[in-house]
Amino acid sequence: MSFRPIHDLHRRRLGRNIGLGLVLVALVSIVFGLTIVKVSNGGNIEAFDHVARPALVPKGEE
Amino acid sequence: MNELTQQVDLNEAEFGDYFALLKPRVMSLVVFTAAVGLFIAPGYTHPFIAFTSILFIALGGGASGSLNMWFDHDIDAVMKRTKSRPVPSGRIKPGEALSFGMWLSFISVVMLGLASNFLAAGILAFTIFFYVVIYTMWLKRWTPQNIVIGGAAGAFPPLIGWAVATGGISHESIMMFLLIFLWTPPHFWALALFMNDEYTAAGVPMLTVTHGKLETRRKIVLYSLFLAPVALGLSFTSVGGLIYFVIAAVLNARFIYGAWALLRRDEEIANSDNYNQERKYFKQSLSYLFLHFLALALQSMWVKIGLEAWL
Repeated sequence: MSFRPIHDLHRRRLGRNIGLGLVLVALVSIVFGLTIVKVSNGGNIEAFDHVARPALVPKGEE
Repeated sequence: MNELTQQVDLNEAEFGDYFALLKPRVMSLVVFTAAVGLFIAPGYTHPFIAFTSILFIALGGGASGSLNMWFDHDIDAVMKRTKSRPVPSGRIKPGEALSFGMWLSFISVVMLGLASNFLAAGILAFTIFFYVVIYTMWLKRWTPQNIVIGGAAGAFPPLIGWAVATGGISHESIMMFLLIFLWTPPHFWALALFMNDEYTAAGVPMLTVTHGKLETRRKIVLYSLFLAPVALGLSFTSVGGLIYFVIAAVLNARFIYGAWALLRRDEEIANSDNYNQERKYFKQSLSYLFLHFLALALQSMWVKIGLEAWL
């Protein structure tokens, strides 16, 4: 049984696949990091939807 | 050979070729000027938001580079400086560069909007549109004013950085825009002086091709004179100060003197030393812009650490 030698083409494809994998991991990390920052930076996480939310109405406007 | 044999393109691209589509050298200037615009703007921006915003501004710049390489692959193949780029060399197909650029444009604009605000994202989208449609498709092959107007595309990054931090546009950010906008023509005309043969071969109507080198040298002086008041004027805004003023004054004096020295050379002298002075002026123009933005950052840092009273 013999293995065919690896062609330069395979090396380039492997490089592309690894590169793309790393880019996707980076993108997921960025989205995750942004979520953490936005959530922990305060501000209203709850927002108005189709139901009146008395808790979200600023005081004085009630 | 059986029917299942597939035609394989042995010249397939590697990961680095896709990175090259983003024009990393142009991207470095985009990153630096956007980062300074963001850093010197008033108010606080969370470091992670600042980092991701600059990343997506850079990605947007890269996307427009890819779209530029898709549209310009025919002239890139003619010019020595550009013929080994991934598309003209055949490693990436033009259509691939197009879809790569379109997707990256979409991702960068949406992500910048989500990370910071939609004004910044809107300016980024306009920048990509301006560079690809207005400059690359329309002006570049049509008029010697190509880089004068097209220079606006490269001038937006500090404006975007500022918009990320403040959510708005102000006279400071417009002056940073003008600084790059007015710097672009002398920078590229200096390049065109010693790359004239290539632009002629590619049929790009640079000023050197349409109006000759003497006229180009005159215009370099003219624009270096236009540039100085804008560069110095920034000293008197909220982002300027004594440190910036001193650095800008020295840089502009050198820039105008350099332009004047180029005007005094004729083609015979320039040919005899292989456009040595023009090449130097081109390099000087790069450091000119870099040092102006570095000076703005230094000035801001000086104020932020509370040493303003010392100067």
